[in-house]
Amino acid sequence: MSPALHEFLRLDLMAMLAGTLAALTCGLLGNFLVLRKLSLMGDAISHAVLPGLVAGFMITGARTSLPMFVGAAIAGLVTVLLVEVIRRLGRVEPGAAMGVSFSILFALGVVLIERAASHVDLDADCVLNGQMETIFWNPPADWGAFFTTETFFGEAGVPRQVWTLLVMFGVACAFVGLLFKELRIAAFDPELATTQGIHAGAMHVGLMVVVASATVASFEAVGSILVIAMLICPAAIARLLTDRLSSQIWVSLIAALTTGVVGYLAGARWAVHLGMPRSLDAAGMMTIVAGALLVLAIAFSPSHGLVARSRRRRRLARTVLLDDLIGALYRAREAGHDTIAPEALTETLHGHSRVTRGAAMARARGLIQAGKESLALTDAGITAGARVIRRHRLWEGYLVDRAGFRPDHVHDPAELLEHLDEPGVETPAPTIDPHGREIPGPDAAD
Amino acid sequence: MSLIFSMGTQTHDAGFWSQLMEILTFRAGYNTTTVVAGTTLLGIAAGVVGVFAMLRKRALVCDALSHATLPGICIAFLVSDALLGDAKSLPLLLVGAAATGVIGVLCIQAIVRLTRLREDAAIGIVLSVFFGMGMVLLGIVPEIADTPAGGINHFIYGQTAAMRRADAILMGVIALGSVGGAAVALKEFSLVSFDEGFARSIGWRVGLIDLLMMALVVAVTVAGLQAVGLLLVVAMLIVPPAAARFWSERMATVVILSGLIGGLSGFMGSAISAMVADAPAGAVIVLTAGAFFTLSMVAAPRRGVVAAGVRRARLRLQIATDHVLESITEVERGERDPRDARRPGILLLLVLRIRRLVEGPGSRLVLSELGRRRGARVHRNHRLWEQYLISYADVAPSHVDWSVDKVEHVLAGHLVEELEYALIARGVPITADGAHP
Repeated sequence: MSPALHEFLRLDLMAMLAGTLAALTCGLLGNFLVLRKLSLMGDAISHAVLPGLVAGFMITGARTSLPMFVGAAIAGLVTVLLVEVIRRLGRVEPGAAMGVSFSILFALGVVLIERAASHVDLDADCVLNGQMETIFWNPPADWGAFFTTETFFGEAGVPRQVWTLLVMFGVACAFVGLLFKELRIAAFDPELATTQGIHAGAMHVGLMVVVASATVASFEAVGSILVIAMLICPAAIARLLTDRLSSQIWVSLIAALTTGVVGYLAGARWAVHLGMPRSLDAAGMMTIVAGALLVLAIAFSPSHGLVARSRRRRRLARTVLLDDLIGALYRAREAGHDTIAPEALTETLHGHSRVTRGAAMARARGLIQAGKESLALTDAGITAGARVIRRHRLWEGYLVDRAGFRPDHVHDPAELLEHLDEPGVETPAPTIDPHGREIPGPDAAD
Repeated sequence: MSLIFSMGTQTHDAGFWSQLMEILTFRAGYNTTTVVAGTTLLGIAAGVVGVFAMLRKRALVCDALSHATLPGICIAFLVSDALLGDAKSLPLLLVGAAATGVIGVLCIQAIVRLTRLREDAAIGIVLSVFFGMGMVLLGIVPEIADTPAGGINHFIYGQTAAMRRADAILMGVIALGSVGGAAVALKEFSLVSFDEGFARSIGWRVGLIDLLMMALVVAVTVAGLQAVGLLLVVAMLIVPPAAARFWSERMATVVILSGLIGGLSGFMGSAISAMVADAPAGAVIVLTAGAFFTLSMVAAPRRGVVAAGVRRARLRLQIATDHVLESITEVERGERDPRDARRPGILLLLVLRIRRLVEGPGSRLVLSELGRRRGARVHRNHRLWEQYLISYADVAPSHVDWSVDKVEHVLAGHLVEELEYALIARGVPITADGAHP
């Protein structure tokens, strides 16, 4: 084994594993929180577990013990209940109810910590930031002695935090895997869930119990800020990339994995190479990576991203402009003007630059022949124009006959509808529009 | 609360109360007085400004805002160190805090507007990512600036002891400004909080008013960083308004009460913290506000939990009484089989006897004169409603009884008469069986 690899195994692997497992666990559960508009429950729980943690700590006086975990988990559930009680009984708006309960519990925790700090070694910082830097492993330096139980389960074996998180991840996977159908219905439509015999309230409580334990299991290793980030960001990223819950879950797991690995390496390894004076806070770097991935998803998601949406909008604007131009030329042709000066279209197309742009597009598609002073439809252009005008006049007829519009009110709505398909309500289609004009046939050309 | 404070190592001798009185009356030395005065002013300002934030449902936006100040503080720390050499120029740090705080809020709005993610997710994202950035910066500040960054930690948990006179004055000025702003623009802020659409329709520039409200929130948050810390400053903005809301339905009253509760929390909290060792002021202030909130939620006269519980119990009692009286009336008139009669429970029976609505032994209950009158009225209401639902609401006769059970208790006497006349006027028989009392 090379010394570099051994150093990596010794110093980094377990911390990275802890961070990544925490990210995966929280990312998996976060999917359901984000769907149920409960994203901030993770925030509330992870602040409010502080008093429970300290209480467990004060009772036993030891830092790495079950009571601390139990105390924190109880505090997490108390938070959930408290929020419900304040919201229901006090009729306080949900956001404020959450804010009130977690900030008061957190304040309680801070006071308890200060009171305990004189006898014991505990501070609130480790709850916020976690202690990823203190997770080490001590495997033997050569492969021969590597695969022994001592390496993994021994005194200097895989650290306790990693085992805890591994178990927690298993529990979260089992919870989601076994109750996927129930969780899905309860998340999207609690009433429907109830009518199908699924207790939506029980699902909610169950989810909260698992989230609370995941929070508690994670933040000792990675800190509560990373927990909050991981409960929301991977699910949010996946929600921007997919539309089905099952694929959303897979994508969120991939996002969480990427966040964990890249975030840790960026903080602990790459930062120094990039000229930082020292390695960076790994939990903080993970949240930054999560934020960066989210920004990428917001910008470049194929279906919901800003770039894709703006491209779709531009394409639609092009279609509309082209339809309007060809339609106007076709109408002029009907009135006996085979060519028309671009200036005459300025008003119809709302602006001179739009005429120029539309004409350029239409010429590139072979729909018009454009001289300096005149525009004329080609044969292909006449066919295309006839189609636009046919749609326009069919819609006018539809609006008058079916929707009860007055004939002099239908032009403007039809200007919008002409870019869609034909209304297609009658066979044979009418041939005369409400204004008495002829409607071009379906395969019309002059 | 008392439990927590009694755990202290301090012995609570007779001097405790006189010392507390000294602090509360601003006679306890210069530093303590500065801190107590500063946090009181801060409490008032946060209470007042928080009302609007709460009504705009921005409680948790404030949380994101305060978390998002951390990277700004770190950057300002570095800038200040590079420019001035003195790493703690408070105004500069606060400007940095406000800058990233505002950027955070803008990010929330952008995420909500531009993506399909909802506000709760946007808040959580901004909160955690900005704070994560802050933590990364916090880790390298000491290396770059070559000075310990201990000062910044004070902004996370709050450190009133580190407050100097200038800091308290700055806090006071910001507090007075916020209260003044809220007082001047109370009408505008209220309308925009309650009915944004209406405000827009009468030509107000809602965006501008909203911006002003947010600016006040930012000012208070930044001012509170030093005293209570960025993790808890949100409590100063949320808890007093939520407590005040229980006491009144009027905006001006809620604002004043909230300011009072906030001010008192700041005042008492910092005083207690000055008295007791190891009790950080920020957390104690928040716990004091929490005590006010609990008190309000339980004991407020109309919206409080106790009052609401009493109201609900009364209504349930009335409905149960009505049902029993109606059932006995029906049995007496031979419309109901005695075996189907509703039997009151022990408690209800006791109430019925105390009110002299029934007489006789438990096995053979009879109505008193009072009970007979009331039973007849309930019985008639029931029949009227049945008829009404059949004639006017198109409810099938077989479904009527079920619906009536819910509504027969809500009609006032004169409404019953009105309904009765309306039915007579239209020639509808009033009772199905003609047994009109």
